[in-house]
Amino acid sequence: MPAPAFRLEGLVKSYGGRRVLDLESLEVDAGSVWAIVGPSGAGKTTLLRLLNGLEKPDAGRIWFFGQELTAANGLPALEVRRRMTMVFQTPVLFTATVAENVAYGLRVRGVDQGSVARRVARALDLVGLAGTERRGARSLSAGEAQRVSLARALVVEPEVLLLDEPTANLDPANAAIIESLLRRASGEMGVTVVLVTHNLFQARRVADHTGFLLDGRLVETGPTREFFERPADPRTRAFIRGEMVF
Amino acid sequence: MAGGELGTRVQRWFLPAVALGLAVLLGLTLVGPRRGRSEVILATTTSVDDSGLLDVVIPAFTAGSGIAVRVVAVGTGQALAYARRGDADVVLVHAPEAELEFVAQGHGVERRPVMYNEFVLVGPAADPAGVRGLKSLAGALERLAAAAAGGASGRAGGGPAPPVRFVSRGDRSGTHLAELDLWRAAGLDPAGFDRAWYLEVGAGMAETLTLASERGAYTLADTSTFVAWRSRLALEVLVAQEPPLKNPYHVIAVNPARHPRVNHAGALALIEFLTSERGRAIIREFGRERYGEPIFRLEAGGQVGPP
Amino acid sequence: MTEALRLLVSLDPELWGIVLLSLGVSGTAVLLSALLGVPAGAALALWEVPGAAWVARFTYTLMGLPPILAGLVVFLVLSARGPLGHLQLLFTPTAMVLAQTLLVLPIVTGLTLAGVRSKDRAIRELALSLGATQWQAAWRVVLEARRAIGAALMAGFGRAIAEVGAVMLVGGNVRGHTRVMTTAILLETRQGNFEVAIGLGLVLLAVAFAVNAAFYRWQEGA
Repeated sequence: MPAPAFRLEGLVKSYGGRRVLDLESLEVDAGSVWAIVGPSGAGKTTLLRLLNGLEKPDAGRIWFFGQELTAANGLPALEVRRRMTMVFQTPVLFTATVAENVAYGLRVRGVDQGSVARRVARALDLVGLAGTERRGARSLSAGEAQRVSLARALVVEPEVLLLDEPTANLDPANAAIIESLLRRASGEMGVTVVLVTHNLFQARRVADHTGFLLDGRLVETGPTREFFERPADPRTRAFIRGEMVF
Repeated sequence: MAGGELGTRVQRWFLPAVALGLAVLLGLTLVGPRRGRSEVILATTTSVDDSGLLDVVIPAFTAGSGIAVRVVAVGTGQALAYARRGDADVVLVHAPEAELEFVAQGHGVERRPVMYNEFVLVGPAADPAGVRGLKSLAGALERLAAAAAGGASGRAGGGPAPPVRFVSRGDRSGTHLAELDLWRAAGLDPAGFDRAWYLEVGAGMAETLTLASERGAYTLADTSTFVAWRSRLALEVLVAQEPPLKNPYHVIAVNPARHPRVNHAGALALIEFLTSERGRAIIREFGRERYGEPIFRLEAGGQVGPP
Repeated sequence: MTEALRLLVSLDPELWGIVLLSLGVSGTAVLLSALLGVPAGAALALWEVPGAAWVARFTYTLMGLPPILAGLVVFLVLSARGPLGHLQLLFTPTAMVLAQTLLVLPIVTGLTLAGVRSKDRAIRELALSLGATQWQAAWRVVLEARRAIGAALMAGFGRAIAEVGAVMLVGGNVRGHTRVMTTAILLETRQGNFEVAIGLGLVLLAVAFAVNAAFYRWQEGA
């Protein structure tokens, strides 16, 4: 039995005295696609930032493929961080060409020039933006920008891909492209995906496991079909039906 | 809750308050205190203003006459340029040739001598050119140029002689013009001098003296500025000519026929005061207490006639 | 006015010397300020050093430093009776560079700080999430702020090339040695040669424009 991609235990995070995250435990199996759903303010983004090591928990521990993630101080070790990438809600692109954006993760890893060009072209082709290498990142539409962000995150062939509401600001067509790319990344490249979304339909379409986060606590987790068809907790049921629980 | 409400209230008032404040300031600038009818604009040189003389003379004049004076201290050329445009009512300057030209062109009337100081050659105590005690400024400059060109000054004593340098005002001021006259009298043309030893600073007397002091150089100075600055300078008077080379200051009213908007009556009153016994007494005593000697001198006899 | 332009087009060596010295002194001051101020501003923006907020406030305050005061400080330090008097730097272009650096450094530091800070968090976290080291992420933030930094350098150059108080005091406006465009303009103005002063002013503006145009062209290309 291989170690899970993430194992969390007793994770607590507060901002200004307010406890925004309080997770007893969670395991994300390698190769799975997880969706974390919940209303805004439930602590979804905070969870992703903890998984990515951008923030440190106040208490609790995170194991990444069996290895403790949190360093004594500062960021997790570079070799560990380089095994995962993240796509943010608002696509942040460097003021540079599309190719330079996509190549960034390869360059900081010291990949040689020839492979960089080849891998960038392949990643852009994957997201349906072949041939846009020389365009300025500022000239892209929101949907194109988010696809470039995804190409930039996938080009380094990460073991884990973290996504924070990647389609929240996109039109349905671009959202559909992103979703199909996530399924391909999981299916063809074996990438473990953790997707934070408030869009229940998206969770249902993309994820094989879903968790419901409410007021910083995981109310319920389970295989996606079970989660949606036979939710155990009344709050989950209410949320799925679209009733106000927050 | 209350804090938030207060916050928005403050924010709501902030911009209008700033805008109102700016509008009031602008209004004050436009309609605010203007030059009164009884005010006189005196354009003079920085050398007069820097001496502090006007801080004593002007209040005395205003106290007696009720006429306020606005002093604009600039270069002699600029003072005359202001007057030529009718932007000043009266000038107090020290450039005789430029003054005569100014009067001849019809810009000025009632030109009267007020005071004078003396041009002297100052330099480092070591006196590498060996000019100390000479009685002619032109002769001293001639020897100085020769020493600078020849390198060694031929003085006795060990060690290499310090370099001979001369700092020129280089600003077409009265002092600079007097210096050029002296070079001409010595049969020399500064245009041909090596810039390594002949430094043209294009600055005021005080700056020029400071530079000369820092560089261990000679310069031609007026005694007023030199006396006032002496404590801060590593320079001493090396050549004072016999008879003295005078640097006279004249006061000139701007011609009201040429510039109808000037305050001619005020200008005449100031001229009258500066040449009166009372005004002369103030000038004669000025600086004696602070520096141990007067800053400006007056022609003996007391009678100051028209030019 | 026509006089100054005539001298310029006739390649009058003295006028060109003045123009070149202005460019040299102010350019060197900006270069020094860039070497010190860009890293300093970026560091202040990127790292939470204790007291950084106070340093930033002090820097912003110094952006309003009066040129004559900067000149006076350098003058007192370099004068024969000052602590560095033995170097004999007073009334040299070096002294002018030092005084102008004192004026430009806070501008470059402060505007770099503001520019980098506006890019800091999002860009840094993005770079880190893509596997950058702390240094690589910091460098990326600085790169993203390059336009702001360029504007900071140009603002600094504008202040340096236009100021007269500091270079007059520590340079002395010595003809052929330390005379720059602003002190030449002041000199002509004090002599009442307003037309020549205005003409020199136009030359100054033209030079500043040329430098700006060249800089932005270079920045666009980079």
